[in-house]
Amino acid sequence: MTNRLLAVLAVLVACVATNMPDQVRAGEKAAGIKIEKPWTRVTPPGAKVAAGFMTITNTGNEADRLVSGSVALAKTVEIHEMSMKDGIMRMNEVDAGLEIAPGATVVLKPGGYHLMFMGLTAEPQEGQPVKGKLKFEKAGEVAVEFAVAPLGAKSIGGGDKMTGSHEKDGMDHGNHHMNHGK
Amino acid sequence: MAAGTVLSRLRLALWGLVAVAAFAAGALFLGNLQEAARQGSSLPGAARFGGDFQLVDHNGQAFSSEALKGKPHALFFGFTHCPDICPTTLFEMTKHLEELGSKADALKIFFVTVDPARDTPEHLKKYLSAFDERITGLTGTPDQVAKAVKAYRVFAEKVPTGDGDYTMNHTATVYLFDAKGTLASTLSWQEDEKTRLAKLKRLADRG
Repeated sequence: MTNRLLAVLAVLVACVATNMPDQVRAGEKAAGIKIEKPWTRVTPPGAKVAAGFMTITNTGNEADRLVSGSVALAKTVEIHEMSMKDGIMRMNEVDAGLEIAPGATVVLKPGGYHLMFMGLTAEPQEGQPVKGKLKFEKAGEVAVEFAVAPLGAKSIGGGDKMTGSHEKDGMDHGNHHMNHGK
Repeated sequence: MAAGTVLSRLRLALWGLVAVAAFAAGALFLGNLQEAARQGSSLPGAARFGGDFQLVDHNGQAFSSEALKGKPHALFFGFTHCPDICPTTLFEMTKHLEELGSKADALKIFFVTVDPARDTPEHLKKYLSAFDERITGLTGTPDQVAKAVKAYRVFAEKVPTGDGDYTMNHTATVYLFDAKGTLASTLSWQEDEKTRLAKLKRLADRG
């Protein structure tokens, strides 16, 4: 009996959802950008640049695009892609922004896509998260906090298993979920 | 008829022997190659890498390629406005030198900038203070650096960035030279740590 009731309820909810005005539906779903583990790392003394990394998932049903960003300790932020071919390291600015297809996850990590923090005004310090903002074409501005890993780190903390238990190290401060309209 | 069978069997046996001999020769040849590689013989075309240069070290002292003679050394190119591969390579090198312990004393490590306009000796010194002190930073006038870049067949180009600044594309390979100044091996940022460490150890042993 309860099951049947639930099924009816589900159908009703589905009906209501599909009958909602298109704009509202599109807005809610398209703007679903989830950012996990934003991190940067300690730079050698005197460095003028640093890199920012994170995992971005588009939970909406429309493609979105990371177009720009800013961080507290750098003058500018650019989206770059590093590539290695025949032993040559190349750095290319992703001019049109980084597209994230609906349902797709894009990982910004050493050796690949990253945010380039240019013109450092302060050096990242371990355990002192760096505040920043990312701007998406559809989802708009998203506040993030970059955890700071040690010099030379290739990933943040113990890999993918990092959760709330490490919060006091400042490793997991940057997780933000965003799911609202433009 | 019987003689024919014997003959064809003999022929077969002889061909078999030829096959065995060919296989043995091939294996020997391969073995020699592998042994040569293990012994750290120079790489094909090794003579084309390296050459004379005049640069300035991170203490502001003139540094000539003459100083490399008789010492096994590692040399790589980069710049300090490099967000990823340069600090990572320096960091990994520092770790390897630590792991090698006193063996590493036989090695000289050089980080040559491809961006002399921004990487002054003072700036290199400050930047390298985060890494092993056996790593020497080298810079110089644009001409001096260009000459070294050419001698080592390194690729380096300026790439303008959005804010009027620039970054550099460059060869990221670490070149390992033996005491005779012959290219013995290379390190890649993409190979695993154990391989890199083993190559450095071999270079230190080989001298």
